[in-house]
This record gives sequence, structure tokens and C-alpha cells, in this order.
Amino acid sequence: MTPLDYDFLRKLVKQRSGLVLSADKQYLVESRLLPVARKAGLAGLSELVQQLRGANAQALAVEVVEAMMTNESFFFRDRLPFEHFRNTIMPSLMVARAAQRRIRIWCAAASTGQEPYSLAMCLKEMGPLVAGWRIDILATDISNEVLEKAKAGIYSQFEVQRGLPIQMLIRHFAQLGETWQISPEIRAMVQYKPFNLLNDFAGLGMFDVVFCRNVLIYFDQQTKVGVLDRIARLVDRDGYLLLGAAETVVGLTDSFRPVADRRGLYAPNAGVCGAAPRLAAIAGGR
Amino acid sequence: MKTCLVVDDSSVIRKVARRILEGLEFEIAEAEDGEQALEACRSRMPDAVLLDWNMPKMDGYEFLRSLRRMPGGDAPKVVFCTTENDVAHIARALHAGANEYIMKPFDKEIVEAKFQEVGLL
Repeated sequence: MTPLDYDFLRKLVKQRSGLVLSADKQYLVESRLLPVARKAGLAGLSELVQQLRGANAQALAVEVVEAMMTNESFFFRDRLPFEHFRNTIMPSLMVARAAQRRIRIWCAAASTGQEPYSLAMCLKEMGPLVAGWRIDILATDISNEVLEKAKAGIYSQFEVQRGLPIQMLIRHFAQLGETWQISPEIRAMVQYKPFNLLNDFAGLGMFDVVFCRNVLIYFDQQTKVGVLDRIARLVDRDGYLLLGAAETVVGLTDSFRPVADRRGLYAPNAGVCGAAPRLAAIAGGR
Repeated sequence: MKTCLVVDDSSVIRKVARRILEGLEFEIAEAEDGEQALEACRSRMPDAVLLDWNMPKMDGYEFLRSLRRMPGGDAPKVVFCTTENDVAHIARALHAGANEYIMKPFDKEIVEAKFQEVGLL
């Protein structure tokens, strides 16, 4: 692969997904994209780039972008966000939304489904407390391939042992040969949809909680700011945003502020978040 | 420093487990079967037990039942670590007082996650 080829691939990936590949990531690009080239019947990366430069390369470009994504995820990853969800977010929303009894949650980089399913299991285990509530979990990701896996809800023995308590495995999964499948009931609590965070957020609706974890780290400053500002417009004033352990809003946006003593949890700043006041949002049929 | 008793009839598994757990700052004792493990618990009750199921003399399940009846035997966190990976075995183990369950093969990440789960880390 020539430096020009690498430059082309970096630009393509950045433009389509926001993912920034630094100059020293050539080895990563090679290891991820060689299989894509081979699958397309191409000899190597130079041939792949040549193909991508030509017409009708749309499907191939999508494959290239998907192959460059990091999709590592586990159940209850980092634990703390899920404690915030159980102990801070849900108790506060159940007061704030007592009249509507409706809560909307968005997992903005859901990958193979562990995050939305962890939330669904939390909700399921709250039992009678949330009976009569309508709680929607929308899970999106740029990659169709990971969403297919998420929808199937089938995980390897390794995957169900990282972060998932054994009691939950027994309660919510069925053994399927060497693998484990999450129950139809939990699966039905999550709606999956392909979505690119670089796109317009209109049409997603308003949310009470947004999980956007371990994706901003891959973006440059400008892209981070853009994503956070677009999120701010669809989080209700008394809603919440959760970021990954290595991410923050500090220095990027005034729309959110860190919640004291709740690492990774952010709340909208008054007067900045939510396109319209709460009542107007309801009248607007959210 | 917290103590962990590693119970497995395979010396290779004990060695692998020891290396992982020492990396997590545990002081390790070893036993080759349930009888040896009970003996070890009588002389010094550990904070944690990493427990195989199938072993000669006394298996892990019998050991766990005996341990939970011993004075102070409800204290240690017991994490099964076995090739028995079906729901029936897991349910039996939990019913007998196991705190967590690792299905072999395992690695450092799994041991760490499970020990975190039961509050040992």
C-alpha cells in the first residue's frame, strides 16, 4: 500500500464514519482490510483502493468502513454506568415522568447489543416498580453486521462471562449448543436500527437517557462537538447522558455538565438542552 | 492481602489460576481435591475459593456443601471453575451456596470479572 493509498482510505473512513486513523495505524488498516480485499476477489490493498476510486463502489466502501470499526463490548461494561442507571437515573425519571409513565432510552453505539440488553435486564429486574411503564430502548450502530448479531442475541461462552453475573445468565439466557441466547422477552425490549452519528438526528425523537459510550474517543474534536450538540437537542432538560470512561463533555460543549459524584454521568445545562420546553415536547406528540 | 484457595486436581490449571490470582494481589493456597480443601479451610479459612467440580475423593459440589456447614464456612466467596457448563449444574451449584460460576476454558479477564462481581476486587 502506497502512502497515497493509505491517505485515500483514511479520508474515506473519516468522511463516512468520523473515525480518525492516525498516520501510525497503517498496520491496523492492513490487518482489517486485507480480508475485505480478498473477499472481493482483489489481490491486495492497492487493488482495493483502485476499486474504491472507481464507480459503483458504494457497497465495498460500506464494507471497508464496517471492517474498521472497533466493536468490542461486554455486558455491564464498566459497571458504574449501570449503577447510575439503577440508582440515580431511573429513580429520578420515575418521579419526573410519573404522569406520562414513559421513558425513552437511546444506545447510540450499541455494537453487538450487550449495552442495550444490560439495560433491558436491569429494567426487567426492577419488576413491579416499572409495571405499567412504557420504556423504549432504541439501539443504533453504524455497522449492519454487528446489529444482525445484536438482534439474534447469541453470544459465546466467553462473551457471557465478562461482566454478566451468573444469576442473570441463568435467568435471562437459554443454552444453545456452545452458545447462549438471550430470552425473546429481553430481545423484544430493544429496537435496533442502523444509524450513522454523522447524520442528522431529526427523526429519532426525544430521549430521556442517551448512552453514547466509547465512540467519541475515535472522533476528532470537531466531530465530537457536533455529535454532542446534536445529542443535546434531543435530550430532555431533566434527562441524562452517559459517556465512556475515557470521554468527557468538558471543553467540548456547554450543553451538559458532569453530575457530581457520578463518574461518566452528565446532565443537560438549563436552557441549552431540549429543543423545546417539556410541555411543548409532549404536545408535539413525542 | 486477601487469600484464595485454588482447588483443582490438575496441576496445570492450579498453576494458571495461581498466576492470574497472584496478579490480582491474592495470596494463594492450593488443594488437589475436596478433602484437602476442607482440611485447608479448617486450618485457615480463605477469603475466596476457586473450585473445580470433578475431582477424585471429594468433588467440588460435596466440598461446597460441607464448607457451608462449617463454622465460619459461609464467609468465603466460592467461585466454581469447571467444564460442567450446563444450566442444571450451574443451578445446583448456586443452590448449594456458590457465589459465582466460571465455565472453562477461562482467562484472566473472566476471573477478574467474576471476582469483581462477588466483591473480591
